[in-house]
Amino acid sequence: MNKSELIEALAEKINVPIREAASITNTLIDTMSEALAKGDSIEIRGFGSFVVKEYDSYTGRNPKTGEKIKVSPKKLPFFKVGKDLREQVNRHRSEKAPEK
Amino acid sequence: MTLTKADLVQQVYKTHPSLTKAQATDSVEAFLSLAKTALISGNDLLLSGFGKFNVKDKKSRRGRNPQTGDELTLNARRVVTFKPSGILRSRINAD
Repeated sequence: MNKSELIEALAEKINVPIREAASITNTLIDTMSEALAKGDSIEIRGFGSFVVKEYDSYTGRNPKTGEKIKVSPKKLPFFKVGKDLREQVNRHRSEKAPEK
Repeated sequence: MTLTKADLVQQVYKTHPSLTKAQATDSVEAFLSLAKTALISGNDLLLSGFGKFNVKDKKSRRGRNPQTGDELTLNARRVVTFKPSGILRSRINAD
């Protein structure tokens, strides 16, 4: 499912025009991105949580050439799936297999 | 600081004057429930500009209890993973 499919489904579910559903969706995505950009975490009960982890710079290697490269310090967001979603996803395992 | 569902509701309410507080709450709940339903039915969820939630099947494997060292079998299971989009990564790293 992509963003526009989600927006259409949302519009139908809460009975608002598509552009209103799109605006709500963008507000949600922007608010979450903004929080992570500030270094804040996100906790949504039943869905999951996001935390930003910080990495110092380190010397890595290009796995193809073996060449040494310096990796700059970086921050990355991590998602931890919530208990309810984790259990429900696993329980429906047999219903439809992901293609990968 | 931690952003919660209540903060999301507040933000939707503030930016959408046509919605009552109850409608703002409903819209956040509906958004989350649609996202969950997609993942539960085995579909990936792509939120462009934010990231992609993938549903992956893991094979069963032998593992160890890291505390006791005991061997055990981890059953096959289905998990959700998240890959942040390039846009989100650069927003987080912009200073």
